[in-house]
Amino acid sequence: MHIVVCIKQVPDSAQIRVHPVTNTIMRQGVPTIINPYDLFALEEALKVRDHHGGEVTVLTMGPPMAEEALRKALTYGADRAILLTDRHFAGSDTLATSFALSQAISQIGNSFDTPDIVFTGKQTIDGDTAQVGPGIAKRLNLVQLTYVAKITSIDLSARAITVERRSEGGTHVLKSELPCLITMLEGTTVIRRGSLDDALRAARSEIVKWNAAEAGIEDITKCGLRGSPTVVKRVFAPTPREQKAVQIDTTEKRVHDIANELVASIFTHQPALQHELSSAGSA
Amino acid sequence: MGTRKTKAPPPAALGRAGTEKDLPDHFKNYRHVWVFIELERGEVHPVSFELLGEGRRLADQLGVQLAGVVLGPPGDSTRRAVAEAFAYDADLVYLVEKPLLTDYRNESFTKALTDLVNTYKPEILLLGATTLGRDLAGSVATTLLTGLTADCTGLDVDADGSLAATRPTFGGSLLCTIYTLNCRPQMATVRPRVMRMPQRSNKPIGRVIRHDLRMLEDEIVTKVVGFLSDGQSENANLAYADVVVAGGLGLGAADNLQLLKNLAQTIGGDYGCSRPLVQKGWMAADRQIGQTGKTIRPKLYIAAGISGAVQHRVGVEGADLIVAINTDPNAPIFDFANIGVVADAVSFLPALTEVFIRRLAPGNHIRLVN
Repeated sequence: MHIVVCIKQVPDSAQIRVHPVTNTIMRQGVPTIINPYDLFALEEALKVRDHHGGEVTVLTMGPPMAEEALRKALTYGADRAILLTDRHFAGSDTLATSFALSQAISQIGNSFDTPDIVFTGKQTIDGDTAQVGPGIAKRLNLVQLTYVAKITSIDLSARAITVERRSEGGTHVLKSELPCLITMLEGTTVIRRGSLDDALRAARSEIVKWNAAEAGIEDITKCGLRGSPTVVKRVFAPTPREQKAVQIDTTEKRVHDIANELVASIFTHQPALQHELSSAGSA
Repeated sequence: MGTRKTKAPPPAALGRAGTEKDLPDHFKNYRHVWVFIELERGEVHPVSFELLGEGRRLADQLGVQLAGVVLGPPGDSTRRAVAEAFAYDADLVYLVEKPLLTDYRNESFTKALTDLVNTYKPEILLLGATTLGRDLAGSVATTLLTGLTADCTGLDVDADGSLAATRPTFGGSLLCTIYTLNCRPQMATVRPRVMRMPQRSNKPIGRVIRHDLRMLEDEIVTKVVGFLSDGQSENANLAYADVVVAGGLGLGAADNLQLLKNLAQTIGGDYGCSRPLVQKGWMAADRQIGQTGKTIRPKLYIAAGISGAVQHRVGVEGADLIVAINTDPNAPIFDFANIGVVADAVSFLPALTEVFIRRLAPGNHIRLVN
């Protein structure tokens, strides 16, 4: 069994600051992490490998520094890491990104073994689009299973897979076939701590680096800015709210008095709520 | 997974956008605005109505028609979806009615929608950013090789008639406006509750254009073998709740979530949390409110022990009234809340619940007016 996991190195969004004058992201000093959602994809891939045997290849597209994210993935126990890096990829939107990644996944198939499953996280925390996984699936003509909460069963000989997919108001049980692309939901599994052996191996491992040509990409116009139908024309900071919150005075008061004052203030702001809350609540 | 890299737009992007070429000739006859009407298990998702509201505005600005796209099995629910599209002001409806569209499957829905687009050529195609809409939109855009802007918070038409799609980036720290230059249709998804719910009218069913789907069940690899409903009690329809109470790290311990649930129950609301609580495993991911979770638009939102990071703010700004309870008087949540209480949520929530119980008791609410 061969599994490819696509990950992305992202700035830790909790620590992002916006420059007050230029309205640009201040990247200096902001630590980068593996997109947290991708860790669930990686963990699920490792579990499937541990159960069915085979190999896990981790793939990322990014600048040379994205090597760090791949090395981290190796410490969790991935078998191989490939960095897709080329300045031609700069400025890729989701369509161009899914093109480059799908070409690289085909090349991984040629160089090593055809993947049975491609995993991605459900989305990234920096772009939030959740569109690259579906894009890869379409380009590689893989069955697309998004928002998977659980892989119920895999039958390698029958090439069958059953998963639970989150949808609005519930979970669908889907029976499908390999090869497929799975985007994994968060919180679905406990992420392992890598073993010491894996950490040592990760430190020694060589990260395979591919440029566009090495990834088998012939048509460079499908990459980067040129291959991106969308263009960012304007970037700006959200307008701050003019008024700050009206503060309930809490000095030298009992907590019940403060609560009373708050409820009165709520009903002053929104008188209609009085009636709605009393009819809706179980009070 | 990878997405667009948006800092400031790279110089080359500005250059390209600045020297915008004409739309290729074969795209020039793409006209009209389409909204995908999401129908699952017999019900239209309300986000489709919110999108019809937006679509109406865009179509009017462009002087074109607004169409709803209904894909579903033959029967009442599909017919109801068609009628609802008109009630929310569509000018016409494209309808594909086939038994193999009974359950959502990527393969059949992608083919049905791309066939429609290739036949009738819309300039703008809007879908809800639900699990279904995101699954479908990515496949359709990749098949059509066109641009897709996900999770938009603002849609507008430029002077030259192109769609300006604005969305938060970097967790909501910045907004960016994105254009699809030389491809059609211009596709965008919008999350439930981001746009206002428009007024429903009694507009009768109008022009319905039926289209075939040439596909056999055997061609569809994925089969739906079951559906496990979240059920009534755990039905987290948080996005559409009128009253929401949410907790953050300020609650201190997982046990204190009960204080939140007590208040929610007392005032007939739903409950949720900020992202750190999901990361800690205290609450299920579909109760997360914010940029990577749900967008809410309640009449009353009470945030307890939430600092109000920008990614949370993005998800709650549409609330009519935001009440924030936090020990830190400088917490960013007080910058966008309407009413603030500097207090420890753990001791304050029970008191607040008690006051509500007392004041909401039958016959008591007249006294509240003073």
